[in-house]
Amino acid sequence: MNESIPPKEERMAALSGLGTSRKRVEDARFTQGKGNYVDDMKMPGMLFGDFVRSPYAHARIKSINTEAALSLPGVHAVLTAADLEPLGLHWMPTLAGDKQMVLADGKVLFQGQEVAYVVADDRYVADDGIQAVMVEYEELPVLVDPFKAELNDAPVLREDIADQSEGAHGPRRHPNHIFTWESGDRAATESVLSEAEVMAEEMVYYHRTHPCPLETCGCVASMDKVNGKLTVWGTFQAPHAVRTVASLISGIAEHNIRIVSPDIGGGFGNKVGVYPGYICAIVASIVTGVPVKWVEDRMDNLMATAFARDYWMQGKISATKEGKITGLWCHTTADHGAFDACADPTKFPAGFMNICTGSYDIPTAYLAVDGIYTNKAPGGVAYRCSFRVTEAAYFIERMIEVLAIKLGMDAADLRAKNFIRKDQFPYQSALGWEYDSGDYHTSWNKALAAVDYQGLRAEQAERLAAFGRGETRKLIGIGLSHFTEIVGAGPVKNCDILGLGMFDSCEIRIHPTGSAIARLGTISQGQGHATTFAQILASEIGIPAEDITLEEGDTDTAPYGLGTYGSRSTPVAGAATAMAGRKIRAKAQMIAAYLLEVHDNDVEWDVDRFSVKGAPERFKTMKEIAFASYNQAIPGVEPGLEAVSYYDPPNMTYPFGAYVCVMEIDVDTGTTEIRQFYALDDCGTRINPMIIEGQVHGGLTEALAIALGQEIAYDDQGNVTTGTLMDFFMPTAWETPNYQTDFTETPSPHHPIGAKGVGESPNVGGVPAFSNAVHDAFKSFGLTQSHMPHDHWRIWKIANSLGLHD
Amino acid sequence: MGKTHLKMTVNGKDVELMAEPRQLLIHVLREELNLTGAHVGCESSHCGACTVDMNGMSVKSCTVFAAQAQHAEITTIEGLGSPDGLHALQEMFKEHHGLQCGYCTPGMITRAHRLLQENSNPSEEEVRFGISGNLCRCTGYQNIVKAILAAAAKMNEMKESA
Repeated sequence: MNESIPPKEERMAALSGLGTSRKRVEDARFTQGKGNYVDDMKMPGMLFGDFVRSPYAHARIKSINTEAALSLPGVHAVLTAADLEPLGLHWMPTLAGDKQMVLADGKVLFQGQEVAYVVADDRYVADDGIQAVMVEYEELPVLVDPFKAELNDAPVLREDIADQSEGAHGPRRHPNHIFTWESGDRAATESVLSEAEVMAEEMVYYHRTHPCPLETCGCVASMDKVNGKLTVWGTFQAPHAVRTVASLISGIAEHNIRIVSPDIGGGFGNKVGVYPGYICAIVASIVTGVPVKWVEDRMDNLMATAFARDYWMQGKISATKEGKITGLWCHTTADHGAFDACADPTKFPAGFMNICTGSYDIPTAYLAVDGIYTNKAPGGVAYRCSFRVTEAAYFIERMIEVLAIKLGMDAADLRAKNFIRKDQFPYQSALGWEYDSGDYHTSWNKALAAVDYQGLRAEQAERLAAFGRGETRKLIGIGLSHFTEIVGAGPVKNCDILGLGMFDSCEIRIHPTGSAIARLGTISQGQGHATTFAQILASEIGIPAEDITLEEGDTDTAPYGLGTYGSRSTPVAGAATAMAGRKIRAKAQMIAAYLLEVHDNDVEWDVDRFSVKGAPERFKTMKEIAFASYNQAIPGVEPGLEAVSYYDPPNMTYPFGAYVCVMEIDVDTGTTEIRQFYALDDCGTRINPMIIEGQVHGGLTEALAIALGQEIAYDDQGNVTTGTLMDFFMPTAWETPNYQTDFTETPSPHHPIGAKGVGESPNVGGVPAFSNAVHDAFKSFGLTQSHMPHDHWRIWKIANSLGLHD
Repeated sequence: MGKTHLKMTVNGKDVELMAEPRQLLIHVLREELNLTGAHVGCESSHCGACTVDMNGMSVKSCTVFAAQAQHAEITTIEGLGSPDGLHALQEMFKEHHGLQCGYCTPGMITRAHRLLQENSNPSEEEVRFGISGNLCRCTGYQNIVKAILAAAAKMNEMKESA
């Protein structure tokens, strides 16, 4: 044997490929303050644009006077809807098939709505200009309660479409009604429910909240009138889609638009949509001939761009006396705000809410969702979840608890009794999805054993007894959750956004000396793509991850893709990366065979090289092959070593997990302490365990925030009462616990490397675990359902209403 | 608006500039001095992305007027470590995956740096309390805390061997 070949394990380790906790390549610049976020950009002559925003939730605009503002030194322009109208840009299409005002056209429909755009020397002067714009409003009756939207005396919000009985998603029955979306068999479900031995019914509200990434939304638009090219740098989770949309609505040819996402300071769904700020910056740059920056402040961000959730889910669940679930029914009232700007695939106006049968084998189910207009901000984005999946998971995981109470069964046993069994995969759900793979009993048993579930229940019972004796004022809540996600949108046959199929892409070039660059259609916002996608590739093409540069986010160089949200990067772009790598390898095999003077089929892949079958000492490494591809004339083989793959996934992926939260609750103060949180995630093949763990920690903390306090709240006049970080709950290191993470590994059968995606699982599974813990603590006092967020005040009220302060 | 002549020491260098009375320190650092490491996250002192060190104390530079920094000694993330030699905190944040999107990181590290000057051997609880003015949306803090404790140990080790 040739002793110069290092052992296989050593060569694999040198690649830092799949399964390695590779340190992140992004960190050197981020830790030194050398990231390049959009607000870091400075260009010669650059101006700053900012909005005059509506103080009212519903009002007619009688006049806008911009004279005083325009007379201020340093104010260059003030745009209103009247200025945008000749360009056809005073309204813009939304991702949900509706349209949205870019600048208020005759009326305002939510507090914080964009009314006029002031362009000035810098952000200070822009603010002076904003103060000087005089807007005269006539207040109109405000609609904040979606259940009052269709009453006779309800104000009509959208006068522009009031007489349209057909919307983008079918018939509308009222001017404030957007759509009805149905899934499943209504008649069969209602018949199962009416004959059920046991039926539980509950209204489950998942409140309005906001992704609130630490960096707000913003952009710099630069129209170069010399070469006719528009460049926009911005906080875009889907840069390619933004380019296409920008071209369609502006009329600028798509090849003359370049969209660049620089480093993004967190997205969580906030940066998927197209906002008036982007459009106005573009127009302002065209008008002024210089680059224009727009960066929203935190209040703008919380009030105007991209709320999440706000689903009122009326549920019914039926079972046999023994606890076998027979049917599930859900009617959701979805508060979409003033414009339907939900970020969902076109054919799914309520996203994938119909994954609401969860981890359970429920034979019959029905779901209907009614979208409603109110005087609130538009949005409806997937805040760290796939489209409406967190709502679905919260719904079913609450309904299971409610049913367990009705049955007098332990909720852990009820889950185990109804899980889809391992041998049922691929599993057809009653609401139309094909779950790819799962092993729920294994994950569940592992989780319950890890936390000593029986021991916890015994301790809880002892605590209750002590509470009854007046020895303590603290209760223990044990929050369970077994969630199933649906991510990786998605197959082009049923998933598109504005007609753009939701495939994704990867393009690889191998350099002569054996290093490489790969470009993807996605864009990292902290997920560490530059680290992990290089790992996928390292394992596929035998080039060390550290020798592979990853680039995303520049539409002039990256291949077309639909971007990063909904945990789609690994399932879709990750698959494209593996497939492009395999194309590289296929060509490398021909080159190696030629160099080794054997037939193509007589060489075999060996970690980082091709060797002659049966003669491993005769080989060509990828490095050698790369160089040969540039300097050898090989008959029938083009020079160079490049590949591109556009991957259309055959199915979604279905990550799952089992979470347990142990919470101490003080009934007198309503304060909570997370004593233990165990999170088992199964995201299929694990690419980088360190990054997976980091994603889980972060997602759980966002779940904690949502469940225990974070909300976008309105008063009855439509004023946002949680518009700053003083009121909008963001957990600090002080109230965030240490989490215990664990895993099982059930690969996706249809993904090239078996990976499923993980970024959003902890948010999807975490919210029910935290919320169920609160409910569980008060269960023995008669609590069945109490709406989130469970802040101290609301928990105190639960205790008070149950007579625990008497 | 009239401008004031300001002098301060930033990352060991004397700087002079003209600033309006209303101009915030964060904007002067980022826009006049091109030190874009510290970020703006909330403009209301809640998130700490703009944390810098001023006269030996952590301050949130989004709610400090530049004029208040007259003659002050300021350290920003750019003043810690260098591309050739990362500061122990920078190294440990990378080692323990204490950052994801990187937006809070400069403020977080600058705050942690001051915390370790105040208390060179903090407990986990002291670290958690000490950084509770700095928000992170990505990491859930667990690895940040781990990184700061590891950096403290490393810095103490370096001190002892010196």
